[in-house]
Amino acid sequence: MTDRLVDPDPSAAPNMADVVAEPLWQVRLRLFWQGLRSGWSSFAESRIGLVGLGVIVLFGIMAMIQPILIGTVWEPAIYDPVLGYDAVVVEKTIVPDNEVTDPATQIDLFSARLLDPLLQVGDTLVVTVQPAPPSRQHLLGTDPLGRDVLSQLMFSTRAAFMLGIVAALVTVFIATTVGAVSAFFGGAVDTLFMRLADLIILVPFLPILIVLSALIDFQLFHLALLIGVLGGFGGTAIILKSQALSVSVKPFIDAARIAGGGHLHVIFRHIIPNVLPLSFLYMMFSVTDAISAEATLSFLGLLNIDMSWGIMIHQAWDQGYLLDPNRWWLMVPAGMSVTLLAGSFFLVGRAMDEIINPRLRRR
Amino acid sequence: MTQPLVKVEGLRKLYPLHKGVFRKPTEYIHAVDDVSFEIAPGESLGLVGESGCGKTTTGRMLVRLTGASDGQILLQDDGSMIDVAHVDRDGMKRFRRRVQMIFQDPYESMNPRRTIFDTISEPLQVQGIGTVAEREERVAELLEMVGLIPAPTFMFRFPHQLSGGQRQRVAIARALVIDPSFIVADEPTSMLDVGISISIMELMLNLAEEFDVSYLYITHDLAVARYMCDRIAVMYLGKIVEIGPTEELLANPRHPYTRALLSAVPVPDPSSVRPAVEIEGGIAKAVNPPPQCRFIGRCPWVQDICRRRGHPPLEDTGNDHLVSCYVAKESV
Repeated sequence: MTDRLVDPDPSAAPNMADVVAEPLWQVRLRLFWQGLRSGWSSFAESRIGLVGLGVIVLFGIMAMIQPILIGTVWEPAIYDPVLGYDAVVVEKTIVPDNEVTDPATQIDLFSARLLDPLLQVGDTLVVTVQPAPPSRQHLLGTDPLGRDVLSQLMFSTRAAFMLGIVAALVTVFIATTVGAVSAFFGGAVDTLFMRLADLIILVPFLPILIVLSALIDFQLFHLALLIGVLGGFGGTAIILKSQALSVSVKPFIDAARIAGGGHLHVIFRHIIPNVLPLSFLYMMFSVTDAISAEATLSFLGLLNIDMSWGIMIHQAWDQGYLLDPNRWWLMVPAGMSVTLLAGSFFLVGRAMDEIINPRLRRR
Repeated sequence: MTQPLVKVEGLRKLYPLHKGVFRKPTEYIHAVDDVSFEIAPGESLGLVGESGCGKTTTGRMLVRLTGASDGQILLQDDGSMIDVAHVDRDGMKRFRRRVQMIFQDPYESMNPRRTIFDTISEPLQVQGIGTVAEREERVAELLEMVGLIPAPTFMFRFPHQLSGGQRQRVAIARALVIDPSFIVADEPTSMLDVGISISIMELMLNLAEEFDVSYLYITHDLAVARYMCDRIAVMYLGKIVEIGPTEELLANPRHPYTRALLSAVPVPDPSSVRPAVEIEGGIAKAVNPPPQCRFIGRCPWVQDICRRRGHPPLEDTGNDHLVSCYVAKESV
């Protein structure tokens, strides 16, 4: 009786000379590629993940083509998201007071006479409108300062990606290291990091950022780092520590120690690789958090940045157009973008959750 | 007598039971209490006992996964003895080359994200032995020795692609890769099917001869111990109660606990009537045990002397057969 596994087709088996001849990095690359492919195939089974990924790619394209458009078809003086200006002129017919049925093409006599007291009902008047509704030149209209909304939207996408990804990378780097170290060493190190995490969770996130923004002149990159550090030492560290803890009591950790591996070897070769899938998952969720935090802060006007989705909404609110259904293009595109991009990272995270956490799979 | 490979003296492991945050612990679990034995080069010692008797803790102390509370572990290395409890960095390095361990659970004892090659070559890699190509050759050679043939098809698989028996073969290959002289095997076959566990035991016996290694074979199964080991030590509540050459111990069990264990071994004969087990009750807790014999609560032979005096010392009854019982000693 034997449990030897004899390959069904010995001729297909590589022989020893070939195995040794093939450099190890090449084997590892191949295995990595295989792992990636099988990971992708289970990811592709999840519809929400694909939808999320599609939306992210769409925003990625938007972010990339804005500078190209500025350089080619869009006149920078008009379409620059921050400094551009376009006086959109519209001919309006003057109608008696209180009889305006279509504000886009009609103007009441009282308002017209403020510009020119000699005007009569039935005359036409050339006016510049700001914010201008969507037109062929400005597909999403212009903002209260006469700047192109579509260009602003696309320009801000880049910033949102930068912020989200930097914040998420910082979060995950810190949280994984902190989690693995405190799980492995336990004791005082563990207590220190976990109480720190409790403290960060205890103090609400947004008020901290508001207070800090009063002290520091916030650039977008600083905000990304701050969100990353707070997230990394906060709740994510606790979650990743619990995962690291369940890895660090497995016998293969003992085996690595018997093999002669030191602390660093055990942490970086055995614990962290087994925590990383969960880290990637929380990376997705922290992108969502970072994008929403940025939108909130710039809506409140607390960030020193030129343009972002939050600034666009702030702009609309500042000029009193926030909930004006006739000026929807000031609010809806930016608001939708925040929701969609943050949401799509969340969806990708959910789909990854299903891969990592087989219990969530409906099978 | 030749120098022993491993010499354990008065080994003790106490786990404190914390009663409060600031108070000093007053109660201890005596997981391993004053255990001494020797293992000669090439000899295999079986450590037998029920769950919780301290046999795994003993094994973990021998490979320094757990520090000992008290006592000495000496390991022979090129004629000199390394004191395992007090080694410096250099001694630790030498120690790690001499001693390996095979774990019970083949599913949890390998990192699921590393290939078989990485797993087996890990001791070589962390101790910086050989070049990459040499390690590949060595791993392939070992894979063939443990019966994973053809080796190249197994080298770059992941543990989840192998069966339990195959994984245990990989674990054996990992333990042998740095050519150790002593391996602690912690119930390596208890999680495998019967047929597969026999082939694994056979493999371990053959390789022990080939590599000239000694095993400390931890098991709860006397039949397995009989198959694998030259000598058997029976543990009860942190103490060795009987130790002797396998056949001698099985033929003339002197300690009442050993006799009870033996009477629990199934006999492949449907008509045989099993003699009633003499002992009663379950295993006691080893929290601050009373000074008398550990077995006193369950012993059918208990007498005045057992109640008056401390735990009986291990005493030779001839044929290298040591037993720790006042009554059994007298009956010899």
